[in-house]
Amino acid sequence: METESDKTINSSEQPPVTDTEKWASIVGGSAMVLFGLQKRSLRGILTAIAGGGLAYHGATADKSITDKVSDAVGLNKALKVEKTVTINRPVEELYNYWHDFENLPTFMKHVKSVTVSEGGKRSHWVANAPLGQEVEWDAEVIKDEPNRLIAWASLEGADVDNSGFVRFTPAPGDRGTEVKVVMEYEIAGGRLTAALAKLFGEEPEQQVGDELRRFKQLMEAGEIATTEGQPRCHG
Amino acid sequence: MKAVCWHGANDVRVDNVPDPTILNPRDAILKVTATTICGSDLHIYDGYIPSMQPGDIIGHEFMGEIVETGREVRKLKKGDRVVVSSIIGCGQCHYCAHQQWSLCDNSNPGGALQEPIFGYSTGGIFGYSHLFGGYAGAQAEYVRIPFADHGCVKIPDGMTDEQALPISDAFPTGYMGADMCDIKPGDVVAVWGCGPVGLFAIRSAYLLGAEKVIGIDRFPERLAMAKVQCGAEVINYEEIDAGEALKEMTGGRGPDACIDAVGLEAHGTGLMGLYDEVKQSVRLETDRPHILRQMIVACRKGGVISVMGVYSGFIDKLPMGAAFNKGLTFKMGQMHGQRYMPKLIDHVLKGDIDPAFAFSHHMPLTEAKQAYEMFKHKTDKCIKVLLRP
Ligand SMILES: [Zn+2]
Ligand SMILES: [Zn+2]
Repeated sequence: METESDKTINSSEQPPVTDTEKWASIVGGSAMVLFGLQKRSLRGILTAIAGGGLAYHGATADKSITDKVSDAVGLNKALKVEKTVTINRPVEELYNYWHDFENLPTFMKHVKSVTVSEGGKRSHWVANAPLGQEVEWDAEVIKDEPNRLIAWASLEGADVDNSGFVRFTPAPGDRGTEVKVVMEYEIAGGRLTAALAKLFGEEPEQQVGDELRRFKQLMEAGEIATTEGQPRCHG
Repeated sequence: MKAVCWHGANDVRVDNVPDPTILNPRDAILKVTATTICGSDLHIYDGYIPSMQPGDIIGHEFMGEIVETGREVRKLKKGDRVVVSSIIGCGQCHYCAHQQWSLCDNSNPGGALQEPIFGYSTGGIFGYSHLFGGYAGAQAEYVRIPFADHGCVKIPDGMTDEQALPISDAFPTGYMGADMCDIKPGDVVAVWGCGPVGLFAIRSAYLLGAEKVIGIDRFPERLAMAKVQCGAEVINYEEIDAGEALKEMTGGRGPDACIDAVGLEAHGTGLMGLYDEVKQSVRLETDRPHILRQMIVACRKGGVISVMGVYSGFIDKLPMGAAFNKGLTFKMGQMHGQRYMPKLIDHVLKGDIDPAFAFSHHMPLTEAKQAYEMFKHKTDKCIKVLLRP
């Protein structure tokens, strides 16, 4: 199947993705996704999987000379994070909770609010940034497979260009559901991983890990464990 | 309220701090009626447990009366008299569901701190450093209990504070140590350390059917308790070589199971003991594995090593060759309080054991500093101190 987005990816500087089905199977399979993504854009792959048709700037825009230079010297590396957690709840319950994006700030500490429109397809995100700043972006669901996968990407003009997917797989035995999150961040128009690190904490990897940990606590235990506000001696 | 706060190694103070409040729907607030110092609190007192912060309230073995409950608390109500597991478990994760409460996935808000060291995070513990959740401890007038329905066990009428208090931590720890030994008729169990946990391990080994239990320590009053109160044969390892003595006392076979009820501050003798002390004092080694080494060599072939004494970091020079070639089984872990507490209460009600025997001293909470010093240096024949807030 040759789609519009396949052509886009093939024409970029990066190694061509010749087989959309291959990526679909990686996303669906248990191989470490990031290993396969080291040199490729997650956004482009997700768009390819979705079969094109939507205009995602990161996947479609031609790169400028400066961007090509920063790519070459490794300055413009997007930040990719992959984390998996097993949650002792059924697939449907976890998928349904996540699918309502307005629930996400409950366990994503840096996200202040998510407002959903167009029947859940579009969403507006507001996140806390350092020094009391806020960053905002609009996102769109690229792919939605009930009880299996939700993929999204930010739209043109986002403060933080980001894309990712969450995948739900039944765990073996009576262990519940394996929940995998893969995310890619880039600052709009630019450049440095350090700036991203500032925005998403010292270690974005750990932040995603913490979010999944809180998601698990919420889904299994019904509340997020905390000690904030407990007594201690300051003297 | 008044609470015992850790300010640094060998520096605990009774400070005035705000009262705890309900922070989550499944919380309860407990008015502490009795609390005590556990041997593993001494590891904190001595500064061997990483991730303590000055001002942390300590203490994890306690009981009291429920004074407030969160909106999702189902089984408890105001006025209930309960003993509380030192280990916090959510009750809903895979581990809690399989009775491995100290491995709870959800009760440790500081779990991310553990992952680089342990690979995965374990459950939270009251007053036991930020690695274990940073929860305010129970050497205080009031304490917040997360997941209270699971951690609190109601105390039957007629059971005294002295009988109920050890069921919070020392008794289930000793009991789990014995339970992990997989005791069969005729088995001989050796217990290193005759402090409160070791004494409960001895009694528990008998409850679980051991033929003979041997207690090993160096303090005469603790050895006397092991012998008189708990029915153990005893070895003072400062007087005779424990390994040789054990062989002689077990018909040359060696103990079928060996329980470590001491942990990272084991007091070694001889060259290896000195080696560990020096490495630990310069922080090249965080734990002293002297006892582990001795247990591995002393244990019979195919026997069980059961570790209940706390280890927190790294150890070296473990005789792995001996352990491997002798086909030993290692079992260890923080105790799964919620799994054992109801059973232990039954034993007390049936008169199988009176846990009150462990307390040698009663003191007001305000004298916590003196109590820590007395317990640490085993002065005045101190075995265990009950503190009254
Ligand atoms: Zn303890
Ligand atoms: Zn749990």
